[in-house]
Amino acid sequence: MDEPLNLVLFSGTDDKLQAAAVLAAGAAALGRPVNVFLQYWALDSFRADRIGADHGLAPEAGAEGRAAVDDLRAAGQASWADTMRQAKELGGIDIQACSLSMDLLHLHQTDLDALVDGVEGVTAFYLNAGDGQVVFI
Amino acid sequence: MTIQIAQQLDARGLSCPMPIVKTAQAIRAIASGDLIEVLATDPGSVKDFAAWSRTTGHELVEQTQDGGVFRFVLRRK
Repeated sequence: MDEPLNLVLFSGTDDKLQAAAVLAAGAAALGRPVNVFLQYWALDSFRADRIGADHGLAPEAGAEGRAAVDDLRAAGQASWADTMRQAKELGGIDIQACSLSMDLLHLHQTDLDALVDGVEGVTAFYLNAGDGQVVFI
Repeated sequence: MTIQIAQQLDARGLSCPMPIVKTAQAIRAIASGDLIEVLATDPGSVKDFAAWSRTTGHELVEQTQDGGVFRFVLRRK
């Protein structure tokens, strides 16, 4: 269990980010290192001015999925950002923004939420990933 | 013999994986060998706490269920 779990987050919708936060938090609770690499629309959702906004759901959710997600939230489910924050307090989670995506979205690190630890390129991501699984969400 | 609980954690109403995340946070506040009692309603928590105990080495001392509430007692490694 010492190899890190490496999550590449591409999608910026709240359901996929919630699923990713659950995976990251579970691994962190087990003491497994987690590397999170933020690309494209996932990175956009980590902008400091938007992280708490409604980022919508994947198209397959439909109206029924929307209602189900809203019900779970109304029952007190922690948001993906809160889940990620609490998981980070356990240590072992490193969140990096993809430098290409930073260029694409015209972002600077000061635009990002404090959850994001830094900016790196894909080579650094692979170096840190070691022999651990890479999961693309 | 009554077991001495050093800390209690009410994780009822929290959905996966927050009961485990909160437990992982809380167990750091007790001494090695001390016990923490956790209440949870997440149906996944039964398998999750067993897996977490096996992986982390914190012993699952007791596990009971009362209706929809699961109770776990763990000893810090």
